[in-house]
Amino acid sequence: MRTLLALLLMLTQTHAQGFAGLGTQADDTFAVPQPNPTFSFPQDHGPHPDYRIEWWYLTATLQGPDGTNYGIQWTLFRSALAPETSADWTAPQLFMGHAGLTTPTEHHSAERLARGGTGQAGVTATPFRAHIDDWQMASTTQTGDAYDALTLTARGTDFAYALDLTANGPLIFHGQNGFSVKSAAGQASYYYSQPFYTVIGTLNLPTGDIPVTGTAWLDREWSSQPLSEDQNGWDWFSLQFEDGARMMAFGLRSTDGTTFTSATWINPDGTTQSYGDGHVQLTPLATTNVAGRNVPTEWQLTFPDRAIDITTIPVNAQSWMDTSFAYWEGPITFTGTHTGRGYLEMTGYE
Amino acid sequence: MNMLYTALSSLSSHWRYRPGQLAMLAIGLALATALWSGVQAINAEARAAYDRAAATLGQDQLTRLEGADGRPIPLATFLALREAGYLVSPVISGELRDAEGRLRVLGIDPLTAPAAAQGPALDGAVDLAAFFTNPGLLLMTEATANGPLPADLPPSVLSENVPPAAAITDISTAARLLGQNDPSYLLAAPVQPFGLPPLSEATDLRIRAPDTANDIARLTDSFHLNLTAFGLLSFGVGLFIVHAAIGLAFEQRRASVRTLRALGTPLRTVLLALGIELAVIAFIAGLIGIALGYLIAAALMPGVAGTLRGLYGAEIEGVLRFNPTWALSALVITWLGAAVAAVQAMVRTAQMPLLAPALPRAWAQASGRTIRLQALAALALFALAVALAFFGQGLIAAFTCLAALLIGAAFILPALMTAALNILPTRGAFSSWVLADTRQQIPGLSLALMALLLALSANIGVSTMVGSFRSTFIGWLDQRLASELYVTAADPTEAAALIAAIEPDVDAILPIVSADQRLFGRAAQVFGVIDHPTYREAWPLLSQSPDPWDALATGNAVFINEQLARRENLSPGDVLPLAGGLPIAGVYSDYGNPNGQAIVSLNRFSETYPDTQFFRFAIRIDPSEAPALATRLREEFNLPTEAVTNQAQVKAFSIDVFDQTFRVTGALNILTLGVAGIALLTSLLTLANLRLPQLAPLWAIGTSRATLARVELARALGLALLTFLFALPVGLALAWILLALVNVEAFGWRLPMQLFPSDWARLFALALIAAGLAALGPALRLARIPPARLTQIFAQER
Repeated sequence: MRTLLALLLMLTQTHAQGFAGLGTQADDTFAVPQPNPTFSFPQDHGPHPDYRIEWWYLTATLQGPDGTNYGIQWTLFRSALAPETSADWTAPQLFMGHAGLTTPTEHHSAERLARGGTGQAGVTATPFRAHIDDWQMASTTQTGDAYDALTLTARGTDFAYALDLTANGPLIFHGQNGFSVKSAAGQASYYYSQPFYTVIGTLNLPTGDIPVTGTAWLDREWSSQPLSEDQNGWDWFSLQFEDGARMMAFGLRSTDGTTFTSATWINPDGTTQSYGDGHVQLTPLATTNVAGRNVPTEWQLTFPDRAIDITTIPVNAQSWMDTSFAYWEGPITFTGTHTGRGYLEMTGYE
Repeated sequence: MNMLYTALSSLSSHWRYRPGQLAMLAIGLALATALWSGVQAINAEARAAYDRAAATLGQDQLTRLEGADGRPIPLATFLALREAGYLVSPVISGELRDAEGRLRVLGIDPLTAPAAAQGPALDGAVDLAAFFTNPGLLLMTEATANGPLPADLPPSVLSENVPPAAAITDISTAARLLGQNDPSYLLAAPVQPFGLPPLSEATDLRIRAPDTANDIARLTDSFHLNLTAFGLLSFGVGLFIVHAAIGLAFEQRRASVRTLRALGTPLRTVLLALGIELAVIAFIAGLIGIALGYLIAAALMPGVAGTLRGLYGAEIEGVLRFNPTWALSALVITWLGAAVAAVQAMVRTAQMPLLAPALPRAWAQASGRTIRLQALAALALFALAVALAFFGQGLIAAFTCLAALLIGAAFILPALMTAALNILPTRGAFSSWVLADTRQQIPGLSLALMALLLALSANIGVSTMVGSFRSTFIGWLDQRLASELYVTAADPTEAAALIAAIEPDVDAILPIVSADQRLFGRAAQVFGVIDHPTYREAWPLLSQSPDPWDALATGNAVFINEQLARRENLSPGDVLPLAGGLPIAGVYSDYGNPNGQAIVSLNRFSETYPDTQFFRFAIRIDPSEAPALATRLREEFNLPTEAVTNQAQVKAFSIDVFDQTFRVTGALNILTLGVAGIALLTSLLTLANLRLPQLAPLWAIGTSRATLARVELARALGLALLTFLFALPVGLALAWILLALVNVEAFGWRLPMQLFPSDWARLFALALIAAGLAALGPALRLARIPPARLTQIFAQER
């Protein structure tokens, strides 16, 4: 049943084929992203109930006192059954929280589900707070952008974490000013990020607490029809180069074997350049058997426009999010023409 | 192999010449199987229904959080627990009831429900979007969907794993249907998140452990034990028949066995042939028995469902599902039973000297020593029964006491019969011979007579128990239902308007308010009453402290029902943990209610349960004016017919529920008596052939066949009479055990025992008819036996 629920929540993401017509076609009643958007903050940091899906998605690459690599993920998904909301049990806004904590030898994951009307989960723009149960991502600053300083907590049955995040750069917008095209057929989403966080905090594990520092990346995305019918999964990279530059790249895999790619180059000062389909090539180098399936955990990423040719290695090849909608998500390091760290998310590997 | 075939065919040819005997054997086995397996099927079906109910929303696995006062939990409390990180899931449950029907609604939140609590809700067949959004979906069984349901329900989807008379739905749908936004209770996930203090430290809510032995199963145990006891009794009685039939066949085939052995067939082959033959017969009879058992169970099932609903509030469907495992186990039981019944005959065959002469009376000549040993065993069993009656505790002790009494009575029967025949006066040689001959027959008939004794005692005992219960219950209803009219308004506003309108025209208006409340960890109800003579005069108090009604009226005392008093060992003067602790001023009888109940004054009630809405009341009025007022209420206020009931209707309904409650017991009673009659018939048939050598000399010296036949018939009736006379005290002792021990343990109430001599007369007539019918066939055959056959006896058997 959980799987079904997850499908309901996620049907617009990768399992669209089984629900042809539901996830991939714009429902007349939901709003649809339009080109050249103008965002309005702080309102747009909050929820958009008239769009079908939305998420607040944060990943952090962290190091312990002994230099050990760790990673955490914190995500709140919103999925609407109808473009409306109310303050009781009947609100058709469903929320799903995912939290992950990766060490070189272990991967912990947790999931929470809730409906939006009662207050068990939800997002407010002012003051900014996204929460489900005791998990929350909340702004700790009264000045500047609400995302400039955040506090983040999550808890599973065998882990917890509490982190403070401070942004050292501006918000950046993917695609055309935040209008991110997801297929040749024109499906798109609104998509912006805050990729410049520094992080300090504590990981709580059954073996003891671990103080950590590192960097983090927050994605904000909402849409009503992001995937084309023939797309069955994606591979998404966020990379931090040693010179302070950042890069986002994703490939959306089609059933015919082709991949639709897109990338955003982020200079250390926050200026960006977007690249459409074909500029980045993603090539699997090695697969790992994870949860009974083969998942490509080492990748070659070539980006001729920027003379980049790197190989990514997972911190823990078994970074499997054992949630109702399961996928691979974990910290990576990369070498080649450039070195650095990042995060990799892969969905749709059956 | 060939030898086996020869043995089989020659032995089994016996049945071709005596189809009646074969039928008897098959009927005995089939009846034993049918009654036993029928009862098993009923029990299994009911238990499965309890299990399904217990597993609903994982109650059997999950800890529950409940409001300390049994009221809904504020939504904010639920949210605070979630916000603190605890995995708890809300359930809104309640009953929808209107003029058209009723439905228990269980609203779950699939998003937070622990895996064990998701049950049948969303197994893939349900449109999730429709489940979550208005108007929602109700999951229910087909039987529920076809039953009487309230009006204006959301669309339903069939699911077999929902309890009867209930629907599972999304919490938003339940909230809307029940008009309740706060969770009724919370379910806690078995594993809570890392690093949190225990749930008990985080909340004031009452933490209730999973229902491993749930209330219903515990309550209904006694009922099923009852059925099982009846099933065992029937099975035992059926085996008497089988034993008699096999014994007869053995006797009549002595000659065949002797011939086979003389021709060189090894003993092993003969025994194997007999075993195969019996197994085949048992298989066929078992199949017939299973079919019969299924029919009996299916026919009784609606009654059982009615009983369980009436007595315990346990919802089961009155439908029997066929279960192959059940059929197989019934077949195994048939084989085992046949084997047990055949052991004696087999051992005798095995021990028979190769060329022994036919000694047709040998098997039936149980010695006087056996009778004495049985009598001694019976005395020991009686001692055990008495000890258990006075010192035993619990239902098992009560039933063991009952079993000791019955088995003891059966064991002592031959000794008593012999003694009775010894003291009967005799006149003349012929009557002396009749008595002596009867005495001699006792060992052969003893098993059948024991079966008759058991059936008669059970009948007397159970009918005395049911009769006592019924007359007490009806008297109690008269007291309890003193008001002339009972009215249910749609809501408190309508209730107020109704009262204002009719108040000038009636003698009194008595509000009826109640709240669900857990007392001592079990479901209970609390009622609030005003101080009125209706209660003071009519309420049936079993024990009380001084001036109980004045104490109750002050609000500082409470009355409790007998069930609660017995279960928790409370008596007037003790303090009940309700509303901060109230002293108990009285204990009242409350038949037919499985749960605890308490009564407080209306003021105390309103203080304790401020949210309880009041919309039911009773009206005192001159009985002759009641119908007119009922009509006026229905017409003037447009109340549905069911909203205004008069006393007579409520009584009729209650008595109907009551009668249905014991319909099953009555049916099983009659069936057992029938089986006992057949056992008697079989035994008499067995004896009839064996006794020809005894009768032939009497015929030879001048007694007519007709006289001999009349003597046979009279003897059977006389034995039945003696058995009945002995069954009477046994049955009354049984009734006492049922009323004073079993009922108190099982239901929590004790009833005064009343005697119903007219029932005994009816049963006596039934027993005579059964014995007469059983003896008629053999007697008629004797009356018509060709004289040549009697003459032959002297040549062949002597």
